[in-house]
Amino acid sequence: MASKVLHAYYDDDDVLMLAVKKVKAAKHHIDEVYCPFPVHGLDKAMGLAPTRLAITAFLYGCVGLTVAITMMNFIMIEDWPQDIGGKPSFSYLENMPAFVPIMFELTVFFAAHLMVITFYLRSRLWPFKKAENPDVRTTDDHFLMEIEIHNNENELKELLANTGAVEINISEKNSH
Amino acid sequence: MYTFSNKLKIASFILMAVGLLGIGAGFLSAPGTIEEAKAIVASHSDGHGDAHGAETTHHDAHGEEVGAHGKHDASHDEHLLHQLQNKPWAALYVAAFFFMMISLGVLAFYAIQRAAQAGWSPLLFRVMEGITSYLVPGGIIVFVILVLSVLHMNHLFVWMDADVVAHDHLLQGKKGFLNPTFFLIRAAIFLAGWILYREYSRKLSLKQDESNDDSNFKLNFRISAAFLVFYLISESMMSWDWIMSVDPHWFSTLFGWYVFASMFVSGITVIAMVTIYLKSKGHLTDVNDSHIHDLAKFMFGISVFWTYLWFSQFMLIWYSDIPEEVTYYVTRIQDYKLPFFGMIAMNFVFPLLLLMNSDFKRVNWFVIMAGVVILAGHYLDIFNMIMPSTVGDQWFIGIPEIGAVLFFAGLFIFWVFRALSKAPLQPKRNPFIEESRHFHY
Repeated sequence: MASKVLHAYYDDDDVLMLAVKKVKAAKHHIDEVYCPFPVHGLDKAMGLAPTRLAITAFLYGCVGLTVAITMMNFIMIEDWPQDIGGKPSFSYLENMPAFVPIMFELTVFFAAHLMVITFYLRSRLWPFKKAENPDVRTTDDHFLMEIEIHNNENELKELLANTGAVEINISEKNSH
Repeated sequence: MYTFSNKLKIASFILMAVGLLGIGAGFLSAPGTIEEAKAIVASHSDGHGDAHGAETTHHDAHGEEVGAHGKHDASHDEHLLHQLQNKPWAALYVAAFFFMMISLGVLAFYAIQRAAQAGWSPLLFRVMEGITSYLVPGGIIVFVILVLSVLHMNHLFVWMDADVVAHDHLLQGKKGFLNPTFFLIRAAIFLAGWILYREYSRKLSLKQDESNDDSNFKLNFRISAAFLVFYLISESMMSWDWIMSVDPHWFSTLFGWYVFASMFVSGITVIAMVTIYLKSKGHLTDVNDSHIHDLAKFMFGISVFWTYLWFSQFMLIWYSDIPEEVTYYVTRIQDYKLPFFGMIAMNFVFPLLLLMNSDFKRVNWFVIMAGVVILAGHYLDIFNMIMPSTVGDQWFIGIPEIGAVLFFAGLFIFWVFRALSKAPLQPKRNPFIEESRHFHY
């Protein structure tokens, strides 16, 4: 479905933050803001829902811990029982201190790697992906605010011009 | 300006009075003779005495062995008497050290903020200065207990007994360092250094408010950096002297760090608690949730750091299983199972799960609740360090222990809040005060 969107360009992150606050105060929905670098507090100003990445990280950590425990139990206790530190108890619990470094490392490994992969998938980033940003200048020194137009073109243009936009364009957009 | 409310003052006096009664009861109930000590133990466990009786009859057949066993029994009984006589002293020492350690931990945190020229924390400087004021009475009380130990008022430190050293080859080798005179000289140097920095830095901090340039601030930065060097060395040696030497045969090379982690996290917790209390009374209006969030992040992070050091010490000793080292953990796991493992739950599992969520770190009452558990856990940590070598399996958290905690808690509250009421709670002319006021996460 093609729709008309308005692109407002800014050349300063502070001006952009003020503009976002003004547009939100005027009760318009901001589709997306493209930035050359992360702008602190932009997500809150845009009213984006808080990230759930932290929850996935916790769950992945639990998976890593479980994998470590199962793996070490199989390798060191069941498959080929080992006499660890001269204490031939052959029990996972009694030998647990020796396994703690592995339990810790695999928890961190799973949490970190799976969280990064989740982040890439959720951001629709994968190899050979074509860039989604509408203007190459957003990778250099410009910020771009994208707002969908619902028969309020002039009103939006006027509002954005007052927020310090350096350029305002209207273009067709194919939504995914 | 903060004024010390009467309600809090009365509460602190009540705590001190109740605590004094508890401490006194502990000393009065300590046995004076071997017979009394045996009676106390027998009244606690009848089975224990029976087993001893059976043992003696069994040995009756062997004439020579009876003599040896009888001698062993007598030395065992004397040991028991010493342990029970140590109990009120150890209870007093653990609590005195714990509260001194809180103010010392805050002093280290404060010096780090100064030396790092941190922008977020200047609003909390007066709170930290208030807490470190307790270092003067707290440090002196610990020093007095150490002097009384040297004067043989108690048997907390066995190496102070010349008779013990005469029969102990290892202690003779350590005599050059571990002798009563040098021990007290070191203690005096450590305390003098800490108190000197505390008083001087506080003076410069107050002077900075009245001056018209930043010279006091810059001088404070320089002495804080120098203090941190002194602190790292003196804190480590203090932990060998005041804690590790209660068990003079055993040693651990990361012990200083381990004690540091404990005092650091307790100190930061108390900063957060005092700040939240003052905020709830309508003071420190510029301190926002982001400051509390940062303190809670430190509480979380240093709790994990403490666990890392605790485990590093434990695992190496457990793994190598060398008798002279592993005895430390064998006694703790056999006789101190509940406080030993309970401490790990309180100091690691609890803060890890409670404070992991970013939003929970901004909920003030949540930080207070987590802080209470962390403080109790680190009291247990000190308890587990001192008690096994001083009272052995005769430990109990009863009237003397709780009394001592209440007394020092009362003294701590009284001294800290009295110091807080002496200067405005918000520094005026700290160069970073604007940054601190607008600090947000």
